[in-house]
Amino acid sequence: MLEGLMVGLSTAFSFTNILMIIGGCLIGTFIGMLPGLGPMSIIAIMIPVAIGIGDPSAALILLAGVYYGAIFGGSTSSILINAPGVASTVATSFDGYPLARQGKAGKALTIAAISSFSGGTLGAVLLLIFAPMLASVALLFHSSEYFALMVVGLSAIAAFAGSGQVFKALLMTIIGLIMSTVGEGALFNLPRFTGGIMDLQSGFGFITLAMAMFALPEAIYLVLDPKRSQQEDGSKTGEIKELRITREEARAILPVIGRQSVQGFLIGVLPGAGATIASFLGYAVERNIAPKEEQEQFGKGSVKGLAAPETANNAACTGSFVPLLTLGIPGSGTTAILLGALIALNVSPGPRLMIDEPDIFWAVIISMYLGNLVLLILNLPLIPYIAKILAVPRNYLIPFILFFTLMGAYIGQNNATELLLLVGFGVIATILRFADYPLAPLLIGFILGRMLEDNFARAMQLYDGPAFLWERPMTTGLLLLACLLIFLPAYRARRARFRAEGVADAD
Amino acid sequence: MALDRWIALIFFVICGVYGYTAFFLMDAGLPPFMQRNPIWPSTFPKVLAILGMICSLVILAGFEKSQKEPEAMDINYRRLTDYNLGQAVLLICLMILYAFSLRPIGFLVSTVLFLVMAAATLGERRFVVLIPVALIAAGSIWYLVQEVLGIFLRPWPMGF
Repeated sequence: MLEGLMVGLSTAFSFTNILMIIGGCLIGTFIGMLPGLGPMSIIAIMIPVAIGIGDPSAALILLAGVYYGAIFGGSTSSILINAPGVASTVATSFDGYPLARQGKAGKALTIAAISSFSGGTLGAVLLLIFAPMLASVALLFHSSEYFALMVVGLSAIAAFAGSGQVFKALLMTIIGLIMSTVGEGALFNLPRFTGGIMDLQSGFGFITLAMAMFALPEAIYLVLDPKRSQQEDGSKTGEIKELRITREEARAILPVIGRQSVQGFLIGVLPGAGATIASFLGYAVERNIAPKEEQEQFGKGSVKGLAAPETANNAACTGSFVPLLTLGIPGSGTTAILLGALIALNVSPGPRLMIDEPDIFWAVIISMYLGNLVLLILNLPLIPYIAKILAVPRNYLIPFILFFTLMGAYIGQNNATELLLLVGFGVIATILRFADYPLAPLLIGFILGRMLEDNFARAMQLYDGPAFLWERPMTTGLLLLACLLIFLPAYRARRARFRAEGVADAD
Repeated sequence: MALDRWIALIFFVICGVYGYTAFFLMDAGLPPFMQRNPIWPSTFPKVLAILGMICSLVILAGFEKSQKEPEAMDINYRRLTDYNLGQAVLLICLMILYAFSLRPIGFLVSTVLFLVMAAATLGERRFVVLIPVALIAAGSIWYLVQEVLGIFLRPWPMGF
């Protein structure tokens, strides 16, 4: 192993490869900031460039840089303008955007950069040590376990079910799940609930819905209430008050980063689960194990709530390389595109890769460390300037937010109907927000719904009935965990209310 | 009735229509070989429709008392006219116009028009600054998306 590591180091540390990684990170970060262009599309766009290079190690190093850069860039738009362009950064905006609204945009970006770096780096260490072993464990996961895992992921909605909000959050989740059934499912090849409209054949677009639920209502709120762009203490949101992380905050997020790196990595290893589930699960788990007073901060600008999904999604991205490099199975859309690039470069990933072409295998792993490191070094000094985006005058900022929101939905589909859907859903979402309905559960339900149904249906077909729910111990265990995570907050709230009433009576 | 219960009523109706489709209309067109499956395309929707109706009924009946105190930054929808409602509605109309104009008049023209008009709606009057900013923004985004990334965006009106 040590020998391979040395080979990888010497490959990665050549002058051209370091240039590749810096270029890749920069390209990824800046393009990733545009909502609508996630890591998957950016890598797909960069493939011709990578193949043009010819040398497989250099090409992969470039792509790895682009990948990490794009993930970081995606977090930036979630934090600054509440516009998550990729499903895996939706959970980032839950706490990142409130932090930015409190004038702590710089701090939020710093936390995001550091958590991403740690998640990615720790993930790469785990990849180095456990890759071959984990690959075989991952294959033990069947569709029934995936189904149960999605249910656990859905429990992230509990974070939005404050006191007296449980049924609203549940209803929004169900509406999200209902929306995910529109269109042609993968398993049935039957268009459902399209109403005969051709544009709905492939279902609602994720970006359309993400922009309509998060970015657009926020922009409308900013228009409605000009005072919103000011802080409670009268200062502008654009002013960057705190950039540095205090010692207490560092102490708070350190264990979160440790836990989420491992958890995110393990979820990433499972083919098909990926960074999105990892980020929701990370958020849900950290919220549930936090002490009560910190729990209430989740969703309102908790540093832990920002660090958890950021760490988990980067660790999961690294984890998704395990099945790719060791078994040749792409676990996510992005790794599927990377697999295509590898094959085009005449490298066939699989069990023999480590033995036949150790220099490529190790160069990829080393380039992950380098990618994360370069990203951190490049971005930390840039953060104050990136955060300055919020200091743009309101008359310019709002039209640009609206424009980027619309572009995000348009670039991917080149379809104007998508824009009308976006505006329509945006208006509905604003009305829902007036009535205190939490919007995040709808998006979580929508993202997980398709995978949930597919895996459930597959398990049902394999077992010819719902027997897998109790015959597979791992499925049962995961489902019980999900029940616990969903109903615990409601129970706690009720107990707290009774206790409060009891005290009032005693007085 | 408060707004949240009206919304629950609407969702109840939506779930009802959805459930009606799932229970009575969808299975009719199911091919025979699929009818032997333990799970049908309508299974999941049926479950969702029932759950959705239960949840919306609970909200409608007002079993849950929301204990959330109104935050200072929240918008009170009962006094919507106190806010810049006109501007918001105008901006939404502009977005719809933008969606319809992208194809016929092209990306560059419609984007510049959208940015300028949206900023003007918000009260920006320094057109000497605004128009060049809009031109540069539209041009650079178009260059990035079409020329660098290779995603087609029609730049000019149809016929050019």
